[in-house]
Amino acid sequence: MAQIKVEALDKSFGSFHAVKSASFAVEDGQFLCLLGPSGCGKTTTLRMIAGLELPTSGTIRLDGEDVTMNRASARDIAFVFQLFALYPHMNVRRNIGFPLKCEGISAAERDRRVVEAARILRISHLLDRSVSGLAGGDRQRVALGRAIVRKPKCFLMDEPLGALDTEMREAMIHELRALHDRLGATTVYVTHDQLEAMAMADRIAVMNNGVVEQVASPRDIYDRPASLFVADFIGSPPMNFLPFRGGLETGTQAIRIGERDVAIPAAREVMAESELVLGVRPEHVRFTDRGMVRGEVYGTEYLGTTQIVTVTTHYGTLKARSSSSKSFRTGENVGLDFRPDTLSIFDKASGRAIRTVLHEGGAHG
Amino acid sequence: MTSATAAHSVVEPTTATRRFAGSLVVLYAIITMIPLAWIMLTAFKSPDDAISYPPKVMFKPSLEGFCNLFTTRSRQTPEFIRSLGPPQGLCDSIARSRNMVVAGPSNYVPRFINSLIIAFGSTVLAVALGTLSAYGFSRFRVPLKDDLLFFILSTRMMPPIAVAIPIYLMYRTIGLSDTRLGMILLYTSVNVSLAVWLLKGFIDEIPREYEEAAMIDGYTRFQAFVKVVLPQATTGIAATAIFCLIFAWNEYAFAVLLTSGNAQTAPPFIPIIIGEGGQDWPAVAAGTTLFLVPIVVFTVLLRKHLLRGITFGAVRK
Repeated sequence: MAQIKVEALDKSFGSFHAVKSASFAVEDGQFLCLLGPSGCGKTTTLRMIAGLELPTSGTIRLDGEDVTMNRASARDIAFVFQLFALYPHMNVRRNIGFPLKCEGISAAERDRRVVEAARILRISHLLDRSVSGLAGGDRQRVALGRAIVRKPKCFLMDEPLGALDTEMREAMIHELRALHDRLGATTVYVTHDQLEAMAMADRIAVMNNGVVEQVASPRDIYDRPASLFVADFIGSPPMNFLPFRGGLETGTQAIRIGERDVAIPAAREVMAESELVLGVRPEHVRFTDRGMVRGEVYGTEYLGTTQIVTVTTHYGTLKARSSSSKSFRTGENVGLDFRPDTLSIFDKASGRAIRTVLHEGGAHG
Repeated sequence: MTSATAAHSVVEPTTATRRFAGSLVVLYAIITMIPLAWIMLTAFKSPDDAISYPPKVMFKPSLEGFCNLFTTRSRQTPEFIRSLGPPQGLCDSIARSRNMVVAGPSNYVPRFINSLIIAFGSTVLAVALGTLSAYGFSRFRVPLKDDLLFFILSTRMMPPIAVAIPIYLMYRTIGLSDTRLGMILLYTSVNVSLAVWLLKGFIDEIPREYEEAAMIDGYTRFQAFVKVVLPQATTGIAATAIFCLIFAWNEYAFAVLLTSGNAQTAPPFIPIIIGEGGQDWPAVAAGTTLFLVPIVVFTVLLRKHLLRGITFGAVRK
């Protein structure tokens, strides 16, 4: 198994700058998710690690060895495609055994390893079936079989669950994570689905417009987003943003929005008077009659144990997560305040999160 | 409508539509088959029956057309014919009944062989080149890709006769006129544009993940192309090969202009088979009938691919 290190990776397609100076590292045995909206460059980054695209500049190291310009077959990696890419003219056994055949491994050894991979993935009964008749989940298992049979240095997966239906996807998320724990293989997994990333990853790299916005554990990504984009992209519904104008000193513990003071985690940097944004997760909005913000209930979405309450306020529309046992009437006047120790502050111009005491809470990941 | 009691479906054709469509197909088949049937009948007629008016549908079958196709004959006096020994074979006895003797084989077989070599040679070459360049256009960022593809297509827009004279002069200068190689190169260059366009469509439909998976698994791009792309492109390749073969097999204009004694193909040869007193229609018909055989055999062999190939793109998998 291996460590992957990506340094200042750049990729342009003609005038389109797909990946801009991406840097991150995947430690040995780690499960990293590349997460972002479509077109953000996550797949291009993965394909460069695989050797299916060559970077415009930057380096890729596998276990310290510079493989940036190596051919895909010389990198000892396995790639799982979204559309499975099972060879339709071969049955399951030959599909799984194909990488071994390419390496020129003897038929007997090949068969032994195919059977073992099939056993791990619980598809032994399908070995002699044609791949065209298989259900989506089984096809994905065969594709995984083709990846694990080689015992490669690392696994690269490009939205492998994207083509499955919801129920199957849930099951495969657990199966994939269990497989990862069992094999301990370094894995880079591309997805646009934050739930998949949150459920599986040790670390998440959030990308947008070709830029890696943040690389951190799922908890850090959620609790301490490094940029407005990450705060907006992660979480459903996303973080509430309240724009305000102000300056910060190291140790500032309150900001002024409108005519009210709002307590915030103590700032850890100096910020001259400028346009700033206060970020509040919906679950950190509390309903209280003595709240600093008043507004009108616009609507509610019932989600089972919780509900999302949309409130129109003086500062814009806010979404709050509340226990579904409370009842709200549309048009009702409510008071809101925010849990101070969880708030994020961003610089509006750059989108960057401003360091506060929150960031000293210890790196969880 | 009559007794449409059952609820009718919007997409399923009704019985009446089905019958109407069926009769259209039958009618079309009859219209296309009649000339073919007529040619085949004529091949088995005697020269007199072939030109009789009104045309004869019932007649005494004869192999004279085939004999005349494969032989040359010379007229002799009855005394000379009587002085010969017994006739050698069927054709000789037919010839003697018309006061002639077989002088030797005709040029039909060499012309037919020329046709086979030139048509299959140019098809193989056009499909091979077409597959490689279609793959390149499909998978790589080729500079000026769209312009190049249009240029390739535009070579087919011109009628062959427009370039016939320049090609004739060029071929004469470089010594390619009336050679099989020259004709193979010429038909290849005409067909390769069709092959590139057809095959690009087929190869575009093959997800590139297949080759990428194979390349990650240890193949080079060329190996992946051969072992993974080609097996999946067989349908397209077969369909393209048939279209190329039909063109090269039937081509007439260039063959008339550029070939004569050595590399002449069957199409310019067949119409000029002259019998006594004009066109030898049974021989022409016999030559045409035999000329159909290779293309029919090839199409039947590949028909499974052809059907899927012609409708490609119409149905998304």
